[in-house]
Amino acid sequence: MTLKQKKHTLDVIVTVFIFVAAVMFIMPTVLTIANSFMTSKEISANYGSMFSNMTDDKKTFISENVNLKFIPDKVTFDQYRAVLFKSPDYLMKFWNSVILTVPITLFQLIVAVFASYGFARYPNKVKNIIFFAYIILMLMPYQVTLVPNYLVADKFGMLEAAEKLPFRGAAAFLNVFSMIWTRRAVILPGIFSPFSVFLLTKVMRRIPVSYVEAAKLDGAGEFQILTKIYLPLCKSALVSIGMLVFIDYWNMVEQPLVLMKDAEMHPLSVFLSQINTGDVGLAFAVGAVYMVPTILMFLYGEDYLVEGITYSGGIKG
Amino acid sequence: MKKKTKNQCGRRGERIFSSACIVPSLLGVLIFFLIPFGIVVYYSLINNPIMKDFVKLDNYSALLENTAFRKAANNTAMFSIVAVPLAVVLSLGLAVLLERNIPGKSAFRTFFLSPLMVPTASVVLVWQVLFHNHGTINQVVELFGGTPVDWLKSQHGQVIIICMFLWKNMGYNMILFMSALSGIPRDILEVADLEGASSWYKFVHIKLRYLSPTILFVLILSLINSFKIFREVYLLTGNYPFDKLYMLQHFMNNTFASLDYQKLSAAAVLFSLVMIVVIAVLLIVENFFGKDVEG
Repeated sequence: MTLKQKKHTLDVIVTVFIFVAAVMFIMPTVLTIANSFMTSKEISANYGSMFSNMTDDKKTFISENVNLKFIPDKVTFDQYRAVLFKSPDYLMKFWNSVILTVPITLFQLIVAVFASYGFARYPNKVKNIIFFAYIILMLMPYQVTLVPNYLVADKFGMLEAAEKLPFRGAAAFLNVFSMIWTRRAVILPGIFSPFSVFLLTKVMRRIPVSYVEAAKLDGAGEFQILTKIYLPLCKSALVSIGMLVFIDYWNMVEQPLVLMKDAEMHPLSVFLSQINTGDVGLAFAVGAVYMVPTILMFLYGEDYLVEGITYSGGIKG
Repeated sequence: MKKKTKNQCGRRGERIFSSACIVPSLLGVLIFFLIPFGIVVYYSLINNPIMKDFVKLDNYSALLENTAFRKAANNTAMFSIVAVPLAVVLSLGLAVLLERNIPGKSAFRTFFLSPLMVPTASVVLVWQVLFHNHGTINQVVELFGGTPVDWLKSQHGQVIIICMFLWKNMGYNMILFMSALSGIPRDILEVADLEGASSWYKFVHIKLRYLSPTILFVLILSLINSFKIFREVYLLTGNYPFDKLYMLQHFMNNTFASLDYQKLSAAAVLFSLVMIVVIAVLLIVENFFGKDVEG
């Protein structure tokens, strides 16, 4: 075998290996979507034995084995119709997720832009110590910050139910505001979570000083340096960090469970976690619907995601 | 705050502006995390919130003797020690493989990255189907003549969470490595080629050296994410899973539910201390490796 042939065979092996691995990675997602098109009968026939407390009529055939199926016997949109139109429950929960995740992501990014700028420009000892505290905090699993969060929420009366709305029944935008307000026990700690500060600081520290010096010669002030130089250079990083934060909070389960007494306000992710006590037939469709925003975001932002992290390295940045 | 630092190029006003930028974030962090955490430390040192008697380290010694805590801490540590390095090594391997000229590269990249974007709650049913006692994986095992294992209730339970963890996080780690690999100066690699270096030599002596900051970064990210895997475990098994899947987070959730703040506070403080040590070690490692490449 010549060297070239050898290299070619190796390439083929690598390609096959990567292909198999890639298919395995996409599989759970594809399965969820494929199963969402099944009739509820088919779902209970396939997966019925997993859920002993299923409410479906007992006469349907339930296989003892759990059969994983790719292609539904009969493609139907019934599940989707049920999720989207039959009762407003799921849509309400979906809206709950949106009203939690969007403000957290947006404001966390805004706070982070300023904070990272502060950490990246004129670093000094005090700033470095604070940044170190941020890193530690970032590493804490939610259960460690749960007690602090709970103490604060309790102290400031954030755990109250929806009765004390400041703007009840007012105009639509005030309504949204009051929805956010009633959820502040979850939203506020989310906004100040240090994750995006950490990532963004690392990006900003990579911005060459020469850019800033040039802008200064042209008479730019500090605020202009932030908005005209740092921000544009961080655009793809901001998009990618925003995506990471969004998906993280879109997934949240623990915070609402602890900090929201009113189950009406719980996001869809919490509801999905309890679905095997409910209607399993709908679970796949609900799961698929819940994927839509993140998948759309992914399709739009994948390039940013890839581009936005070309900076990174190390801990201190 | 002292303003006399090595970096004297900025005027005073500018330095104050840059410090002021941190204030909103710092205030939030103080109010929502650091100050209440101080209260948690205080709670961990008293006997109960009503009597408020100072009991020194009694809560800690009680905690360390608690079998549930020891089991949970042990499981969590085992999981992180195995899963985190595995996530680093495997995704680095993938990134190196994808460096080759193979067809459909960007499609593969998308496939590997896709789990990142799929909400945990959406796919948890698929995991249940896969790992169920009569589930898909066991059917495959039986097909090849093996004995099926009730994964969620077996000694191998941790294998499942390691799989889910890798599935979720390898793609993003891989992307980080790919971009770091493409950032290695070409001329150095070309010189090495001219000198007749083998690809193994190039990987170990050149690439790994340039990758070391990224490896640390990926390590940190994977560590953070390894604590987030609790969501998957919780969604799969609920509050009281089988022994091997009982994580520190379960312990803390359950102690919170039973309102045992003393135990919970002590556990939180202990956990933070361990993390501080871990980070300190990583920082030392970074200083050791980082100097010759980053400058």
